[in-house]
Amino acid sequence: MSDNNKAETLMKIKDLKMYFPITQGIIIQKHVGDIKAVDGLSFDIQRGETLGLVGESGCGKSTTGRAILQLYKPTAGSVIFEGEDITTIRGESLRKMRRRMQMIFQDPYASLNPRMTVGNIVAEPLEVHKIGGNAKERREKVKDLLNVVGLNPYFINRYPHEFSGGQRQRIGVARALALNPDFIVCDEPISALDVSIQAQVINLLEDLQQEFGLTYLFIAHDLSVVRHISDRIAVMYLGKIVELTDRYTLYANPLHPYTQALLSAVPIPDPVADAKRQRVILEGDVPSPANPPKGCNFCTRCPKAFDPCFETEPEFKEHEPGHWAACHLYQA
Amino acid sequence: MARLLDVKGLQTQFFTQDGVVKAVNDISYTLDEGETLGIVGESGCGKSVGVMSLIRLIPSPPGKVVAGEVIFNGQDLLKLKDNEIRSIRGNKIGMIFQDPMTSLNPVLTIGRQISEALELHLGMDKSRSRKRTIELLELVGIPMAADRVDDYPHQFSGGMRQRVMIAMGLSCNPQLLIADEPTTALDVTIQAQIVDLVKKLRDELGMAIIWITHDLGVVAGLADRMVVMYAGMIVEEAPVKELYGNPRHPYTLGLLGSLPRLDEVRDEKLESIEGLPPDLIALPQGCPFYARCKYRIDKCETENPSLHSVGVGHGVACWIDIDKDPITTENPWTEV
Repeated sequence: MSDNNKAETLMKIKDLKMYFPITQGIIIQKHVGDIKAVDGLSFDIQRGETLGLVGESGCGKSTTGRAILQLYKPTAGSVIFEGEDITTIRGESLRKMRRRMQMIFQDPYASLNPRMTVGNIVAEPLEVHKIGGNAKERREKVKDLLNVVGLNPYFINRYPHEFSGGQRQRIGVARALALNPDFIVCDEPISALDVSIQAQVINLLEDLQQEFGLTYLFIAHDLSVVRHISDRIAVMYLGKIVELTDRYTLYANPLHPYTQALLSAVPIPDPVADAKRQRVILEGDVPSPANPPKGCNFCTRCPKAFDPCFETEPEFKEHEPGHWAACHLYQA
Repeated sequence: MARLLDVKGLQTQFFTQDGVVKAVNDISYTLDEGETLGIVGESGCGKSVGVMSLIRLIPSPPGKVVAGEVIFNGQDLLKLKDNEIRSIRGNKIGMIFQDPMTSLNPVLTIGRQISEALELHLGMDKSRSRKRTIELLELVGIPMAADRVDDYPHQFSGGMRQRVMIAMGLSCNPQLLIADEPTTALDVTIQAQIVDLVKKLRDELGMAIIWITHDLGVVAGLADRMVVMYAGMIVEEAPVKELYGNPRHPYTLGLLGSLPRLDEVRDEKLESIEGLPPDLIALPQGCPFYARCKYRIDKCETENPSLHSVGVGHGVACWIDIDKDPITTENPWTEV
């Protein structure tokens, strides 16, 4: 999966912004501010790669995934999918475009309708898009899909509550695959699962990528999982990408102080290796995205902050080929 | 070091409409003063129930501790009267719960909630307990503690609330602190802050800790000894370096193999443990891990192994020796 990623750009995201308005007043709603959930992201996604998106809760990583899929209407910016800006298209052509982009959700307990059978859940995308032939043919297709994700097709008439968390997540994967998409946003697909089950789902996602040539945007807060599955990793903090590079460089040579702190905070399941590590413990909490600090978003917690950090926002620049970071330490 | 806690043959069951859920099945372990014990296992393996049974916080009915002894400082906690156990809980034994968002009372101030234990157990009056509460908040690193003592829980962030919970757990200088997944609901950078804080406080105050978690990473740098639980039983027990360096139970080995590690990129796939844990209502007759075990032999299906020693302080409940015996079944789950 890492060899063919130089090929072509599948998706180009330019200056993507997603603001949620804050309003006051009961009858007349006055617009008093914005939650800047996603504040100016630019990056590419190559065909066939897995791009990991990590960050802490509330940093805007899920919102990014949804805004790319046009599940939210972005406030500004463009998402260019195979040469076409999908933020401007509407109606039937948008619906057609949606077939090619799917999503796997975080919570396998909340993302499956408890009153639908597995067969109906997986067949629903086919019905909505009126493809897959008649009812009988669709049912065969659903059985194939269940097989592909490692579930017994015999389960087709069961309801979600009869399955464990890992099995439910497989149903969610089957539903995402139903329309033969090119691109799948995996929004924390394993966070709700137990450790031994997580590995099953990660392996399944990797197998499917090989088999169907899928491109993933893999959103997670667990850096060790993201590093395992991704080719390149983008680190987000408070609505912005602070660093973007391949998975080896990110670990060997992290530039941004936030990436360095995040790496050092991830526990390693080995007491000997863990004892040798240099830890950077960040003070305090993430500021509110409704009122981000002046200058660099990270300046309130950054151990290396100096004067310019409190004044101007650092530019997101390429420091070495393929290694992007937004930090004043490297601006000169 | 003196022995602080001795758990012998603890069994806890829940009597439900569907049958008897055997949540904790005959577990025994000990804890010395000042020692940190990590208990790991997946959800539903009985790790929380096992520890809540020690301090008699199992809701009854439907739950009941059906057998066992819990010797704490020479007295059996399971035989104490209700008012006697109440004077130990929160006093000699402190607790931190998993979810700092729901374990604080939203309509009482932080100060009121912490000082409650001080007034109850140590008989402090209002002004002394308030002073002590402020000291405790400072101890756990809450800035401007004297101002924030009158704030309500919603005015604190998740990490700060967990610090408040720790202050509460430590309020009466406990000999034993029970931490039930205290960092699971927190972000990694906040988790690192909390783990660091607990380590510092442990070294200063010298209490023993039982740290329950499903994350083998978090406890690696914290625990002295580890217990691995599966289906309500202890399957392996070892000093921390021994457990990570030389795991002897196929389940422990599988758990470690299924974790992606930040410090190494593995191009091969993760070794997942296929299948699911057994139903605690209908536990198999033999080893509970039989259905998922690659090393299984015929004996495993009919006889449940008990914990036996394989090294200094290292016990394992398994019939085979994974260093010597071969893998017998490549895909155990599908071949049952």
